[in-house]
Amino acid sequence: MSDLEGFRAETRAWLEANCPPEARGPMGSEADMIWGGRDAVFATPGHKLWLERMGERGWTAPEWPREYGGGGLSREEAKVLASELRRIKAQPALNSFGVWMLGPALLAFGTEEQKKRFLPEIVRGEIRWCQGYSEPGAGSDLASIQTRAEDRGDHWIVNGQKIWTSYADKADWIFCLVRTDPEAPKHLGISFVLFDMRTPGVTTRPITLISGKSPFCETFFDDVRVEKENLVGTLNRGWDVAKYLLAHERTMIGAMGEVAGGRPVGQVALDAIGTDEAGRLDEPMLRARIAELEIDQAAFRLAMERVGDQVKAKQAHPAIASMLKYYGSELNKRRHELLMAAGGADALEWESERSRGGSAARDWLRTKANSIEGGTSEIQLNIIAKHLLQLPGA
Amino acid sequence: MPLILTEEQAMLQEAADGFLAERAPIAHLRQLRDARDPDGLSRDLWRAFGEMGFAGVIIPEEYGGAGLGAVEAGVIAESLGRTLTPSPFMGSAVLSARVLADGGSEAQQAWLPKIAAGEAILSLAVDEGPKHAPAKIATRAERAGNGFRLNGAKAFVLDGHVADALIVVARAEEGTTLFLVDPKAAGVEIERTVMVDAHNAARVVLTDVAVDADAVIGEVGNGEALLDGALALGRACAASSLTGAGDQAFKITLEYLRTRKQFGKLIGEFQALQHRAAHLFTELELARAATLGALQALDAGRQDAALAASVAKAKAGRVAELAVQEAVQMHGGVGMTDEFDVGLFMKRVRVLNELLGDAGFHSERLAQAQGF
Repeated sequence: MSDLEGFRAETRAWLEANCPPEARGPMGSEADMIWGGRDAVFATPGHKLWLERMGERGWTAPEWPREYGGGGLSREEAKVLASELRRIKAQPALNSFGVWMLGPALLAFGTEEQKKRFLPEIVRGEIRWCQGYSEPGAGSDLASIQTRAEDRGDHWIVNGQKIWTSYADKADWIFCLVRTDPEAPKHLGISFVLFDMRTPGVTTRPITLISGKSPFCETFFDDVRVEKENLVGTLNRGWDVAKYLLAHERTMIGAMGEVAGGRPVGQVALDAIGTDEAGRLDEPMLRARIAELEIDQAAFRLAMERVGDQVKAKQAHPAIASMLKYYGSELNKRRHELLMAAGGADALEWESERSRGGSAARDWLRTKANSIEGGTSEIQLNIIAKHLLQLPGA
Repeated sequence: MPLILTEEQAMLQEAADGFLAERAPIAHLRQLRDARDPDGLSRDLWRAFGEMGFAGVIIPEEYGGAGLGAVEAGVIAESLGRTLTPSPFMGSAVLSARVLADGGSEAQQAWLPKIAAGEAILSLAVDEGPKHAPAKIATRAERAGNGFRLNGAKAFVLDGHVADALIVVARAEEGTTLFLVDPKAAGVEIERTVMVDAHNAARVVLTDVAVDADAVIGEVGNGEALLDGALALGRACAASSLTGAGDQAFKITLEYLRTRKQFGKLIGEFQALQHRAAHLFTELELARAATLGALQALDAGRQDAALAASVAKAKAGRVAELAVQEAVQMHGGVGMTDEFDVGLFMKRVRVLNELLGDAGFHSERLAQAQGF
């Protein structure tokens, strides 16, 4: 225990000295988010510094082994780091599909060479990754992907189309599901490969969403050359890697409401609506709904922590990520419904500077994808019914 | 501290589950209820609780207890929720033991070994109206002679009709004060109130009840902290019982989904039911996490422990409510029969929800703590 308290004291001192003021407090907008990458854009020089310092220490991936650039922290130390980051209201130093999704898959399935090559640059935020999973004909039924990889000896030639590729237009590399055996049953002919988005034949086209923003793309592959050394895991057994990674993606999406941080709904409502004589939010029905949400958020935070502890103690069922994904995404949608109700007509402004370009409304609309991306809520419930409850015929 | 039970805690859970399954399964509750047992609980079972070390779980070893913490008390409370066992555990081993261990005089602490041995039954008389509202306690304690005179009416006093001593929460001029009161004292009237779940409570009317100054637990006017400590532990343990009851009702229901056939299919094959079961599973995991989080916060003496207990009580209460609704609905007609157990879970959860503040009460506390 005293070791942990010592670690807390050191961490606190280091964060105080190294977290720039610009990277503290609620994020002003999505533009404050640090994604890294070859063409990284930072809201302020402080944000750039924050990534560099945290990446240098490996604390953008606190529990990854030191040999691959990670922080090498124990689970308990990582919890201390997270709580100290929360204490100073630090913004995430790196938002990264590399950290959240690809890294864990590489640690589990990658060769030593792949880990040494890809993980350190993920930790430092030098390479930004995107995920090539869904296709126009393969949404909930993901294993029916059609993107083909033809064997050409030392490389493959990839042809096909992906959709809903988050930030494909800003990403440097892609981790991608391709069909390497068209004759095999659908789950057994898929491989998991990595390639550079600058490879000739790769094009992306952003899709405009109801939020007016374009975080997702259509991604086209036209005779794209992929080196065989960039196969992760076993040929034709990419579905195992895909599922493993999906569990991490689901945990990430489930945690989205937490990662995004932002101001508590109650505070937003107080600012917009004010209080009654007793000092309570002057909208009793809304107040009650916010209180219920806060209870559920507090319980969900603990459930996430508990699942993390169960994983560490090897007591977790792999399908438990579906539970976090399902609940967290539904919770985040509820939270944004209440944020809109709290903001009232102010939150409806779409373009004004006052509304920071309609950020409340756009964020609200964005959350509607949470229960669709990474497997819909209904798919998660199917998985829970089948794998965790063993219900018949599920 | 990882949010999972330690090996020792898991062993205690196994012991409590095993003991209750053998000695006090749901049939035990039915037997007491159907026989219209005058006590509504078994003193033999309570003594066995003493022998197992359950009754003294939080009582310090020097008083014959096990000297364990909130998590261990919660583990036992959860097991009691699974078997619906009527037991003085909450009133005596949790609420009264906490108050006396924290603030009792040497003489008052003589009760602790008796509780630990399962020989004595004590109760905390806090509620007065139909809703839990400790801030609105109207029972008065006026100075009279060497001591005080108590006047007021208490309700929902757990096991009050068989209590060997009562801890009465009253308002003195100086503020909230706790008194150790002999139920046989002049002016104490006790009416047993059989509850919907066949568990035990009583109404207690105090009319000019004279108590000595040494009946005060802790200091006059300083009962708030003592009471809050006991309530926080009691709420977290009630959340454990709710989680246990909700989870057990869910397990029984899952078994029914796997065996009941309609339209030539097991009803568990229908997606309409699968999704509701999966949702309920998720909610139960949240309730479990919130409850364990609160119990650990209490053991760590964390500043936000009382609030964590409110989160747990609110969450576990709402989740258990959903669990028993779904249990009866998914069982269909047989779920409405007295013969099937799920109805008993519905009744027990209703009572546990009112006990020490319902979800609304605790959500309100959270809203106030967060300043809205």
